[in-house]
Amino acid sequence: MTRRDWALVILLGLLAAVPPLAALLHEPFYLDLLRRVMIFAIAAVSLNLILGYGGLVSFGHAAYLGIGAYAVGILAHYGIHNGWLQWGLAIGVSALVALAIGAISVRTSGIYFIMITLAFTQMLYYLGISMAEYGGDDGMRVPVRSQFSGLIDLNDGTAFYYLVLAILAASIYLVHRVVHSRFGRVLQAARSNEARTRAIGFSPYPYRLTAFVISGAMCGIAGALLVNHTAYLTPEFMNWTRSGELMFMVILGGIATSSGPLLGAAALLLLEDVLQGWSLLPREAVRDHWQLYLGVILLLVVLFAKRGLAGLLPGKNE
Amino acid sequence: MNLVLITEQTLNGLQLGVMLFLMAAGLTLVFGIMNLVNLAHGALYMVGAYLTTYFFQATGSYVLAVVLGLAGTLAVGVVTELIALRTLYERDHLDQVLATFGLILIFNELIAILWGRAALYSSIPEYLSGHVQLTETLRYPLYRLTIIGIGLSVAVLLWYVVTRTRIGMLIRAGASNRTMVAALGVNIRLLYTIVFGFGAALAGLAGLLSGPIYAVQPGMGELILIQVFVVIVIGGIGSIRGAFAGALIVGMVDTLGRAFLKPMLATVISPTAADLAGPAIASMLIYLLMAGVLAFRPAGLFPAAR
Repeated sequence: MTRRDWALVILLGLLAAVPPLAALLHEPFYLDLLRRVMIFAIAAVSLNLILGYGGLVSFGHAAYLGIGAYAVGILAHYGIHNGWLQWGLAIGVSALVALAIGAISVRTSGIYFIMITLAFTQMLYYLGISMAEYGGDDGMRVPVRSQFSGLIDLNDGTAFYYLVLAILAASIYLVHRVVHSRFGRVLQAARSNEARTRAIGFSPYPYRLTAFVISGAMCGIAGALLVNHTAYLTPEFMNWTRSGELMFMVILGGIATSSGPLLGAAALLLLEDVLQGWSLLPREAVRDHWQLYLGVILLLVVLFAKRGLAGLLPGKNE
Repeated sequence: MNLVLITEQTLNGLQLGVMLFLMAAGLTLVFGIMNLVNLAHGALYMVGAYLTTYFFQATGSYVLAVVLGLAGTLAVGVVTELIALRTLYERDHLDQVLATFGLILIFNELIAILWGRAALYSSIPEYLSGHVQLTETLRYPLYRLTIIGIGLSVAVLLWYVVTRTRIGMLIRAGASNRTMVAALGVNIRLLYTIVFGFGAALAGLAGLLSGPIYAVQPGMGELILIQVFVVIVIGGIGSIRGAFAGALIVGMVDTLGRAFLKPMLATVISPTAADLAGPAIASMLIYLLMAGVLAFRPAGLFPAAR
């Protein structure tokens, strides 16, 4: 293992130490906040696979967050609370939709790809709004959490926390394995030089499409976790700004690094939390307009700090 | 379905179409010439709507408000280009998307700070309100007819400028080979700023025209921006002709779909099912159209000649 990998393991270890600490300090709020951070980190990890390693600038990743959430929410709406079924559907439908969107969009590149992924996500967003049966614009409550035949109880905050942590660790490991496999090598080769990749006999399309589907399915799990976390479902999960935030998490943390998405998700969501509760500035001004600060930070990071937070970790850059 | 309703909805579609064209023209020029993905184009649309609404309330003169609104949007566009976007031309698309996404957040919040989050009431002057008796049974709002007229005039003007004038020649040359144009002694930086400012003014025009029809509120630009992306993908990036065709197609399909899909479905399936499926499919129609076009013409209907 490299020093970078150790840094990541230590990071995950720290996250594992949070529940006992939070219990000790009587601050259950942090459990909630970090669970949210980790759920978005899973989504960012999945996006990093195609954005970082595949070079596919998908501006529509929030779609799968929404699909995962709707799959769980719709089954729960009809009284089906079986988690295996709910999460299986979340993964399956996310993968299918990713296959459909990917089949069309991966054929294109550059600006086209960005606009098409954005447009399709917007389509799903409007679909969510127009489904009056499932709350339409307002969304709906999903009061009963997924049930896993008594194996794990998601109503137990700590158990849910560790489940999210385990899924996060698993998805980071999965992406690591995918990236370092033959498949991942081809994917990265196509990112750095498509013409040469073709010249040595690989057509990038099936590789990119497969990565797109894996990434979508993984993000679907994050969606299923998110709806269990919030106990609420709204089309806003698929809002295009959400897609932009996911991309920002990946860039902020460090594109095409294994710890980047986690660092980025943590930085962005903790920053949001701090800005909204900052006592130094007039609270109203900051809380109401924290997106202004976010915008400025985003602009500055993109213009001046491309290596991201992972670039600050010890060890060589990948 | 009667003929009056169909004519009325067709005119509505045409009106949405020319509005989309005003937005798409600027955006597609910036794509084609600077190779820049500018998500903040929608923010300029919003700026145009706000400035004009504000100046109309402040001065009481609509013509003056329009002039000031257009000039203001042009100035905001040029300043944004000089400060932030100029450094992005050489960057990859990912950087451009994120930086302009940041700009959207900044613009939306600044507008919210200045004018609040609630929708602003935007009025039209006396002489543009009212209806025109088109046929015996069809009365159509004069304001919407005005929009159609302005939109079509701008399309003709753009066609003239791009194909028949010296600046248009430079724009076309810049789109096909910017290094060569720069080597021939053209100040390409200045050309970029001019094109960007021009696109910003067109977005501002679309914004100020749409103000009295749709809501003037922070974030209004993004809703239309994504539709404009669909227009550009259908029409072909960098092509004004494509933008025009795409805009009219998208405007028509969206408007007619929303108006007639539900009653048409009701004749095939049960009315309750049509009630549920109609609005859902209507809101997805333009995206499905885009998918269809891409399946057969991946570069759009009128790809820019390279």
